[in-house]
Amino acid sequence: MSADFLFGIEVIINGLMAGVLYALVALGFVLIYKASGIFNYAQGVMALFAALTLVGIMEGQVPFSHLINAIFGTEVHHFGWHVNAFVGIILTMVVMVALAWAVQVVIFKHLVNQEPIILFMATIGLAYFLEGMGDLMWGSEIKKLDVGIPQGGSFWIEENTAFLGGDDFFGFFIDRLDMVAAGVALILVLALVAFSQYTKQGRAMRAVADDHQAALSVGISLNFIWVLVWSLAGFVALVAGVMWGAKSGVQFSLSLIALKALPVLMLGGFTSIPGAIVGGLIIGVGEKLFEFLIGPMIGGATENWFAYMLALVFLVFRPQGMFGEKIIERV
Amino acid sequence: MLDQTDSYVTADGRTIGGVMMEMKNITLRFGGVVAIKDISFDIREGEIRAIIGPNGAGKSSMLNVISGFYRPQEGEVWFRGKPRPQMKPYQVAQQGIARTFQNIALFEGMTVLDNVMTGRLNHMKTGMLGQALWWGKAEREESENREAVERIIDFLEIQSIRKTPVGRLPYGLKKRVELARALAAEPKLLLLDEPMAGMNVEEKEDMSRFILDVNDEFGTTIALIEHDMGVVMDLSDRVVVMDYGKKIGDGTPDEVRSNQQVIDAYLGVSHD
Ligand SMILES: Nc1ncnc2c1ncn2[C@@H]1O[C@H](COP(=O)(O)OP(=O)(O)OP(=O)(O)O)[C@@H](O)[C@H]1O
Ligand SMILES: [Mg+2]
Repeated sequence: MSADFLFGIEVIINGLMAGVLYALVALGFVLIYKASGIFNYAQGVMALFAALTLVGIMEGQVPFSHLINAIFGTEVHHFGWHVNAFVGIILTMVVMVALAWAVQVVIFKHLVNQEPIILFMATIGLAYFLEGMGDLMWGSEIKKLDVGIPQGGSFWIEENTAFLGGDDFFGFFIDRLDMVAAGVALILVLALVAFSQYTKQGRAMRAVADDHQAALSVGISLNFIWVLVWSLAGFVALVAGVMWGAKSGVQFSLSLIALKALPVLMLGGFTSIPGAIVGGLIIGVGEKLFEFLIGPMIGGATENWFAYMLALVFLVFRPQGMFGEKIIERV
Repeated sequence: MLDQTDSYVTADGRTIGGVMMEMKNITLRFGGVVAIKDISFDIREGEIRAIIGPNGAGKSSMLNVISGFYRPQEGEVWFRGKPRPQMKPYQVAQQGIARTFQNIALFEGMTVLDNVMTGRLNHMKTGMLGQALWWGKAEREESENREAVERIIDFLEIQSIRKTPVGRLPYGLKKRVELARALAAEPKLLLLDEPMAGMNVEEKEDMSRFILDVNDEFGTTIALIEHDMGVVMDLSDRVVVMDYGKKIGDGTPDEVRSNQQVIDAYLGVSHD
């Protein structure tokens, strides 16, 4: 097989891996949007906040240490302990559930029946608040996140695929971190599907997504369901934050990944879980492949804009997304 | 006059018990509009109670007060001898009060079976963790709930559309599915807002039969709003008549029919 063809395949595989992370962020959006009609601009910042919190907890950082030191003239920074990744993730999850509860009780409980644009504005406010909060609690320097996932290419795959090509092909280079990410994402999605299909709370969640009034009449508390979906979205954000943070360090630019989830949602539709996943993968593969094939001809750096352009083209021809149903207004 | 706890047997042999639900001086306003003006009435265990009146009289508002969707500015709702604290709709539902809506509120994206199944949510006890830990117990519970749902589906004769997405059903069948979902909760009190609106004669007959059977076989207390006078006279034990937010009549169908104020409201000034 020609080396170019094999490189092409490697590009596709790596694109799929990048797409998994886009898909995860988009999934968080979909969960909240389906159940409450809120377009959560803060989803990306939630991933950042979760990752910051995880690092902080694992490193035994004192939250708000800058603030405390400034007010009391103390010099506290660390508790002096380290927490392992497993316990750290559980504690972070507790924080994310508390955040979900606070978001519902402090903000959205008071905005029931408001226009979608108002709910959206509230999430923009939330995004900046969370970003500031993350900064205040844990500091703004770039942090390393090591949850014990191996990094670097898998030699095993390289050695065992090298025979496919000629002398100038050394086997597929696939990051082990990406593989773990793909595996975790798959488990997460399966768990979410099982949850929504087979549990009482999952059923209630689907009911709320379908019709609020009807859900109330069968005895479902909307407040509870909204705290639940924000918690699930927080959990998805945590997974995305961990993957992204482990790869490129926990830094504030992490919240910008949320913007990449937008074209994913344009492709997949705002209410479709399979759409978020397939959309994420398509964008991931599309932008890597485009950069590989067309990039060199037009000066590269196409990954910055390709996703948005693809979404735009898609919007023109299929505004309802891949899996959405065409809505024809009744007249 | 009957006492709070008295019971009696109807001409067709059903036993009507003491007062289950009592509305005391309910007033409900929307801005300047007074939808309900100082209305009191009661609903007895086991009876079929109709609420009638011209359009905009405040009937649906009254049902919404009972089911917790609207919050009256004044007055109290008493349930089984105790004043009921202010409740959210889901809390009222958990108390055993199920309802249908004038404009039908179904889960359009789900099948008939799934819709009816949601009516059983409050009978599912095993929580999230429990379902993960005690798989066997959760499974048993699931199959019990499924059986109960199938019984109701048989009862309402909608077996043939069990797997049909509700969004595709015609209006009359949707009304029946909504009733099925309410029944699945095994309610003590069932509130029906115009269960026969928009139906043809045959469908109305079916629905009337179902309502009577529900009351007779399950002993469910029913409060219903209906415009068709023939239906109301046939079905109900007692009738409340509303007009412009006020109660203008209350009694057996015969008493109400001969009430001059009621006759005026229906024949004199037409609001239709
Ligand atoms: N959510 C609401 N907001 C504002 N006004 C309302 C609301 N619900 C009801 N109303 C008003 O209260 C009054 C009574 O309405 P309601 O729907 O209870 O009447 P109804 O007797 O059920 O009439 P219909 O037979 O047409 O269903 C009307 O004037 C209506 O406009
Ligand atoms: Mg009405």
